Amino acid sequence: MSVPKDAGWKDVPKAGRILEPGSAAKYETGGWRTYRPVHIPENCINCLFCWIYCPDQAILVEDGKFKGIDYAYCKGCGICATECPGKRGNKALKMILDEEA
Amino acid sequence: MATLKELSNKEILISSGHRACAGCGFPIIIKQALLAAENPVVVACATGCMEVCTTIYPYTAWKVPFIHNAFENSASTLSGVEAAYKSLSRQGKLDKKIDFIAFGGDGGTYDIGFQALSGAMERGHNMLYICYDNQAYMNTGIQRSSATPRGANTTTSPAGTESYGKKQYRKDLSAVMVAHEIPYVAQASPSNWNDLVTKVKKALAVEGPAFMNIIQPCVLGWKYPSDQSIELAKLAVDTCFWPLYEVEEGEYKLTYRPKEKKPVEDWLKRQGRFRHLFKPENAEILKEIQEDIDTRWARLLAKCGEEA
Repeated sequence: MSVPKDAGWKDVPKAGRILEPGSAAKYETGGWRTYRPVHIPENCINCLFCWIYCPDQAILVEDGKFKGIDYAYCKGCGICATECPGKRGNKALKMILDEEA
Repeated sequence: MATLKELSNKEILISSGHRACAGCGFPIIIKQALLAAENPVVVACATGCMEVCTTIYPYTAWKVPFIHNAFENSASTLSGVEAAYKSLSRQGKLDKKIDFIAFGGDGGTYDIGFQALSGAMERGHNMLYICYDNQAYMNTGIQRSSATPRGANTTTSPAGTESYGKKQYRKDLSAVMVAHEIPYVAQASPSNWNDLVTKVKKALAVEGPAFMNIIQPCVLGWKYPSDQSIELAKLAVDTCFWPLYEVEEGEYKLTYRPKEKKPVEDWLKRQGRFRHLFKPENAEILKEIQEDIDTRWARLLAKCGEEA
């Protein structure tokens, strides 16, 4: 949000408009997490199921390949680990207690 | 048919940092639906979880123009926007192709926004209305809606010694929209992402109004562990509670047929809102729910010209 905290009402956009697209990214939701997904590269087949099913855009992909997990936003729901088919039954994403990471 | 590799090269038009619950289904629906769009999109949204969680002032998770007006009128708000777009195009002030998508929950679509939706479809606006159906008023604390399935425990249809939860079957809104004789109606599920993306592409390509009903598992309202959202969407499809089909110009087509139709119990028993149905005294209700699904499924197969 570009409006400073001490702005008067005349400085605030009319009608509750929010002028900056995707500004919610300034609000980090990673602190909600109890469990965190951990990536095991040797089991990853880059199917990208984790990416298409992540509700928080916390799975990062580059050139069609798994790149990493954005822990600033990951809420730890565990969908990625549940949907991960892995390689020969060995999952590429597993959930561990966040404090043990 | 798109591959995930191709889709992953596109920008996701909903950002991180929205306040939906961990494991919520609707951000997945927004992501998949907007990935399908090939033109710039304008979105309108009814009041509900989606609107509240994605647009907590002064933040917005949307990377597309977004307008929220009231609970009941996301369809009429967007029809106004679409009419203005047509007018500006006619005047030569705009020469861009723009797609219009309205979102509403089941409360804002089946019940409160129903009149506005019906009107917008009848007037023939060139827009897509997507209902994210989580089967109750989840945003205000799980009150029953006309999309709530029979037997579900909600705060306004509580299960207990006197009741087994909601008494009525859910309203088949997709069928009601087919009766509007609009060019495109479809049911989809975020678990079947390819089917969903293909349907949104089709819906945006048709000239005139389109309606999509998308099932959305709700961690809080359905009462299940947050990692099960996609599994439960998949089970809703595989038990034929939520068949995936489309209706183009009145022609029904089944877009996915489960290899094996699972008993609805498989879906029900994994959700806390149906737990009471598994008590011995409710065995009859469980049987009736299965029979209802079987009847509807058989009817749908006949409409789609599929073998029973």
